[in-house]
Amino acid sequence: MKALVAVKRVVDYNVKVRVKSDQTGVDIANVKMSMNPFDEIAVEEAVRLKEKGVVTEVIAVSCGPTQCQETLRTAMAIGADRAILVETTEELQPLAVAKLLKALVDKEQPQLVILGKQAIDDDANQTGQMLAALADLPQATFASKVEVEGDKAKVTREIDGGLETLSLSLPVVVTTDLRLNEPRYVTLPNIMKAKKKPMETVKPEDLGVDVTPRLKTLKVAEPPKRGAGIKVPDVATLVDKLKNEAKVI
Amino acid sequence: MTALVIADHDNASIKGSTLNTVTAAVACGGDVHVLVAGHNASAAAEAAAKIAGVAKVLHADSEAFAHGLAENVAAQVLAVADAYSHLLFPATAGGKNVAPRVAAKLDVAQISDITKVDSPDTFERPIYAGNAIATVQSADAKKVLTVRTTGFDAAAASGGSAAVESVTATADSGKSSFVGAEIAKNDRPELTAAKIIVSGGRALGSEEKFKEVMTPLADKLGAAIGASRAAVDAGYAPNDLQVGQTGKIVAPQLYIAAGISGAIQHLAGMKDSKVIVAINKDEEAPIFSVADYGLVADLFVAVPELTQAL
Repeated sequence: MKALVAVKRVVDYNVKVRVKSDQTGVDIANVKMSMNPFDEIAVEEAVRLKEKGVVTEVIAVSCGPTQCQETLRTAMAIGADRAILVETTEELQPLAVAKLLKALVDKEQPQLVILGKQAIDDDANQTGQMLAALADLPQATFASKVEVEGDKAKVTREIDGGLETLSLSLPVVVTTDLRLNEPRYVTLPNIMKAKKKPMETVKPEDLGVDVTPRLKTLKVAEPPKRGAGIKVPDVATLVDKLKNEAKVI
Repeated sequence: MTALVIADHDNASIKGSTLNTVTAAVACGGDVHVLVAGHNASAAAEAAAKIAGVAKVLHADSEAFAHGLAENVAAQVLAVADAYSHLLFPATAGGKNVAPRVAAKLDVAQISDITKVDSPDTFERPIYAGNAIATVQSADAKKVLTVRTTGFDAAAASGGSAAVESVTATADSGKSSFVGAEIAKNDRPELTAAKIIVSGGRALGSEEKFKEVMTPLADKLGAAIGASRAAVDAGYAPNDLQVGQTGKIVAPQLYIAAGISGAIQHLAGMKDSKVIVAINKDEEAPIFSVADYGLVADLFVAVPELTQAL
């Protein structure tokens, strides 16, 4: 069975982004870019399922500019077998990405599609669910455990207050939460091997998808700053301040 | 112009996040209806009808909604969506699961985690872990929104007297089923609704120490317990206690962070708290840059002392 994983190139999680002074967006020129951490977990999970013999082929997909090739190479260094880049310089919003992925799901017919639950740049948390809806597939979001048994997937999900387990018919869309696995370190030999793996490039037009943005960003501003307060010398002063100054206890 | 709020509920009662979502719906400018899709959920529907500002409650009852399966709930929302200009979901695990499914089927670009309604088609939302606030305008005929509950006050849970209308339940998709759940039982307030939160970090060192140090303080204050991602990853605290960009977003009256250094991802989840207290032995820790009251001290001494002093 094939597994398809979607990976996004985002500003590295260690970078603190700055808002541009003209308020048109955040400044991402010359900042470190990496694979979205949740997508790394998605690739790792697909590769582990392959190592267990459940999955036979892992296909990594990324949508965006040419530089997403690096992200796809990383996915193949983790263990994906081949990659597809949907290349466009257009700003891609989640609905457009879901449509592109839907077209690839139709073409590749994977039994399992794994995506990160959210990207750490736009924090939208939409693409997996949208893909599931468009492809008319069941979904298991925020997964912390994935097992495939016959023609069903058993997925444990992180929900408010605890965990729940669902049984879903394949094919299924899964989105990953942090605790699903810990992605492996990519080794140099695997990076070298990844360079030889096949990468196909397609355009949104080839897939018949209109990716024109539907939402218009009017401005991007700094959040209101929270000023640092004071240091208190001891616990007694702290309690006094909380009782008499802040009046919160 | 009418907005529909998709209620977060447990069949017996309405969850607090629904109340904040109603306030956001009112801000969109038209009437507000609430959909309760549940199983034996009359009590939840009755409770929704009492929320101030709600004009009508739609109640769909079916076993298919008992566990809030996304496929089934989304189908029910779509069945009634025609009449509405805005569809609002709380940005909770349940709402985030269902909303994009509805948006995609309607061919609408969803706007996630709104913190402010500027006009019926323009909304503010945090991006990059709250390091920037985007103002976004939707050109779609319907708006599908998830609402960050900390951005809006809770509507009054009583005072309303909306009519409850039964709507025909949509069929089970047959593609997914509920197997079981492990919900942590405790008497503490829910993290996202708590007035006081005490939160522990990696400096606690072990699961035992986390419990031993944080629990008495939480008990004394009647507080919910939270944790940083580092503490959760290290196994000191369960997953659902994680506060931060990818965990729970909270804004209590008082947030006490003990042994938390203050990574931007953690700050993203708690910096809207009214009063922040940081206890950390590293005086350079970034958490102090957002704390109203900072105490540079060993938490193993300071937290028990604080518990005693309260």
